[in-house]
Amino acid sequence: MSAGGAPAGTQSAPTPLAADAWHRLHPLSPVIRAGRALTAVVLVFVGTLVPGTRSGAGGSVGHLVSAGVLVVLGLVSWLVTRWRIQDGDLRIETGLIRRSSLRFPLSQIQAIDTVRPVLARVFGLAELRLRLGGSSGTSGRLAYLRAGEAEVVRARLLALAAGVAPDPHPAPARVLLRLPVRRLAGSILLSRLAVVVTLLLVGLLVTAVKAPDRALAVVSSSGVGGLSVLALLWRRFNGAYRLTVAEAADGLSVRSGLLEITAETIPQGRVQAVRMVEPLLWRPLGWCRLEVDLAGRQRRSGENSAESRQLRAVLPVGSHQEAAALLARILPDAPTERLPPPPRARWRSPLLYPKLAWGRTATCAVTTTGRVARTTTWVPLAKVQSLRLVQGPVQRRLRLATVHLDTAGRPLHVAIRDRDGAEAGLVLAGLIEGCRAARVAARAPAAPAAGEAANAG
Amino acid sequence: MAGLTAAAALVVAALAALAAFTGSRTALPAGAGGLVAIGLLGLAGERFAQRRVRAWAYSERAEDLLVRRGVLISRLSVIPYGRMQFIDVVAGPLERLYGLATVRMHTAAAASDARIPGLGREEAARLRDHLAELGESRAAGL
Repeated sequence: MSAGGAPAGTQSAPTPLAADAWHRLHPLSPVIRAGRALTAVVLVFVGTLVPGTRSGAGGSVGHLVSAGVLVVLGLVSWLVTRWRIQDGDLRIETGLIRRSSLRFPLSQIQAIDTVRPVLARVFGLAELRLRLGGSSGTSGRLAYLRAGEAEVVRARLLALAAGVAPDPHPAPARVLLRLPVRRLAGSILLSRLAVVVTLLLVGLLVTAVKAPDRALAVVSSSGVGGLSVLALLWRRFNGAYRLTVAEAADGLSVRSGLLEITAETIPQGRVQAVRMVEPLLWRPLGWCRLEVDLAGRQRRSGENSAESRQLRAVLPVGSHQEAAALLARILPDAPTERLPPPPRARWRSPLLYPKLAWGRTATCAVTTTGRVARTTTWVPLAKVQSLRLVQGPVQRRLRLATVHLDTAGRPLHVAIRDRDGAEAGLVLAGLIEGCRAARVAARAPAAPAAGEAANAG
Repeated sequence: MAGLTAAAALVVAALAALAAFTGSRTALPAGAGGLVAIGLLGLAGERFAQRRVRAWAYSERAEDLLVRRGVLISRLSVIPYGRMQFIDVVAGPLERLYGLATVRMHTAAAASDARIPGLGREEAARLRDHLAELGESRAAGL
């Protein structure tokens, strides 16, 4: 039914290599976007056709009409949507009654995602998502393009963003890391959520043995909660399934997924911070998680997890050697030496004290903190937005102070905690100078791009 | 602060007078006690507000703006001109009454919130234009 409604076979969009021309999305886009709702409608419709369960001719006509309305609406939205790349911008025009014309300056691209849900993969389509640096505004989405076309457009956008000509024969990406499925499964089994689920199941089993009827009541009443937990576990598994990190000419590429495949490209020098977390349960196995933080919007309603995820795990689970190797690729100048705070800081932060430390090099600072799980955060000094020196009443008594490094993207609370008061002043002065030098160095090779970014928006 | 204290004292006095008028015997002593308490609280609040205002300071340096504030928790923010994304000048009804305004600086980081309250209107406008100009000339991409 849906195939009959959509104008199949009217594929007239010119190849995206024809620059500056308006393009249409793929005609099947509305079908895939409405995917789940449409599937449900079809199922209900088929259900009414089965003899014996039919609810009368009126019911099936109603379903037919609603399906027809959906198809027409999708067709209209497809007809009025078009996009093109012009003057260093991606322009998208959409809407029939409330027409909106969106302009996305390519120099502000922080990352580009290629997302392929199951239904899109069936039809060989893909969605492109642009992550921009602004703190508000609509995300740039092209849903859906043919998979091959999406690759070409993605390469072109990244090349334009970097200010170079697109390379028709890009060098093959060098794979840095492949995540074994078995280790991923193990890491999920050893997560906090899985432990809670196991405890609940054991409790349920005990009740089932002692009082079967009561256990049945518990199961039937907690069905929705159980399903959502299962969905969460599944999302974690799918999100990191066969994750591959590769270094391509246009940046770091992270690809993962079992059913819905996500491929993200992070151009050079867009990483705002790198974070390593070592959960307690993973410690016996020596595992850790490495995440990168990108600038962009905070989470808004109506977005799925992939869009709101500013922290992308480039290593969902791995050994310290793997994490160190990956870190060296992302931040070449990461400091190795760490200085602990003075012993009297124990009075101020008794739980944090054992893990507190910081260090820096000419271009990068690192801090560690954490109560149970050690969290290490690296920040390139060129990305620091502002610095703060904070001293509370207890800290004043103990002659301690904290220096905060504020970064764009998700609030990571990067802080050099509880240093000696005089030392904190020196640290602040040193960081001010270091950040300035790093900014100047980062601006020098890419001066035109920085200028565009400043006056866009 | 002084205005708030005066308003509270007026309310208490009016209540006490009303109660005395309706024939309550404890109304006058209670009202007097209330007025004394409000006076002391007002003095303490006044002192605290004065210290708070005096702690607030800013300095325009060559490459960045320093903003210091706080009595109990002292904070010093360093915001490079090149990192300022936009600058707000806000004046609430009370501030407008006294010809004051607050200048707020925003960077790409949500945590770096810096504001300078209680500036004269001309000074606020000058600071805003100056910061915007410096920000333009030193702007750095994300």
